[in-house]
Amino acid sequence: MKITNRTIVLAGIAVGIAALLLTALGNPANMGFCIACFERDIAGALHLHSAKVVQYVRPEIIGLVLGAFLMSLTNKEFRAKAGSAPATHFVLGALVMIGALVFLGCPLRMVIRIAGGDLSALCGLAGFIVGIYVGTLFLDKGFSLRRAYENNAAEGTILPLVLLGLFLLFLAVPSLFQLSQAGPGSLHAPVFVSLLIAIIIGMLAQKARLCLAGGFRDLILFKDVNLLSGFVTIFLTILVGNLFLGRFHLGLTGQPIAHSDIWLNVLGMVIVGWGSVLLGGCPLRQLILAGSGNGDSAVTVLGMIAGAALSHNLALAASPDVVKEGVLKIGSVSPSGHVAVPICLIILAFLSFTNLTKEEQNHA
Amino acid sequence: MLDARGCSCPMPVILVQKAIKINHPSTLEVLVDEACAKENVTRLAQNQGYQVTVTQQGSEYKLVLKK
Repeated sequence: MKITNRTIVLAGIAVGIAALLLTALGNPANMGFCIACFERDIAGALHLHSAKVVQYVRPEIIGLVLGAFLMSLTNKEFRAKAGSAPATHFVLGALVMIGALVFLGCPLRMVIRIAGGDLSALCGLAGFIVGIYVGTLFLDKGFSLRRAYENNAAEGTILPLVLLGLFLLFLAVPSLFQLSQAGPGSLHAPVFVSLLIAIIIGMLAQKARLCLAGGFRDLILFKDVNLLSGFVTIFLTILVGNLFLGRFHLGLTGQPIAHSDIWLNVLGMVIVGWGSVLLGGCPLRQLILAGSGNGDSAVTVLGMIAGAALSHNLALAASPDVVKEGVLKIGSVSPSGHVAVPICLIILAFLSFTNLTKEEQNHA
Repeated sequence: MLDARGCSCPMPVILVQKAIKINHPSTLEVLVDEACAKENVTRLAQNQGYQVTVTQQGSEYKLVLKK
């Protein structure tokens, strides 16, 4: 086999080092790069929401898609495909984003947070595994978003080109965008360093099929640990790096850009895990697939950006724990966020049941 | 012949897993159109004791699983 554990382990080590490096160079603590947070920042930069502290054109998102695009062209795996329930992909993308912003991070950031000693993210991991398990139950019963079909090459290049255009516009006319002056959105590594690191990671992630949700999914469904080895390697790399750099701080409360409301951490990641399994991959994997020509994943990414805007405009996103004058204020979500979580779960259940099919149709 | 073209991950693997579980075929031909699906189906089949031969036909892959 061409893809071995070694490939994915190498990709995992590279992702871990990239996260440590990006944090050292200016990205927010225990974040490195978070797909949900950074897509949310891009939504803010594009005036899609007005949360002042989370607005920036994150080159990491752009670089990941461009890296996957370049690698898929290089290894001749670029396939312009689309047509697999695009509206459902959009809604699932939005739901995953809402869940991620209740937790405050995508699965990648969850691993980064745990490796930084954030015990609240361990609650998220429990929810993530539960969500993945529920998703696999539906896969086993025949859940499918139907087939995608080959399309014009132009269809597959839409998202890479749009993001490249966004990046060039950001460089040429930054005043067009809303850019945070304080808070996490104002913390960032140098633009071209971020872009370069993300391009390399995008290439490696495409090559290794890296997926944070796929690890537990494949373990449950097929007893296959290939993808899970990537998950574990990212964790171990960042853990070792944090211990070495003195950045490991074990604790449940007051962690960087995280809240310690246990149940919301759990439920937020249940939504992310469940939605990611229905989508066929975690938020990082959606970026990589979109860069490799998958139009449905491009729609998912757009759904995630819309979900981020919705989260902040309707106050569904969580606020982190804050320590002010030595007093810890536990973060949480607003009443509308508490209502949104069960609604997201109900919508996921609805989509899961309504997309059950009979696989026998696939036998020719 | 199991046609898993256009099916996103992990559907091709699930379809092959079910076909093996239900029918215990000595030979099974599978069509996929993504390298990722080709690799995942190959890994599953080999773990189930099958020998796998892959032929690329344009942008598609034909996998023949034999036990």
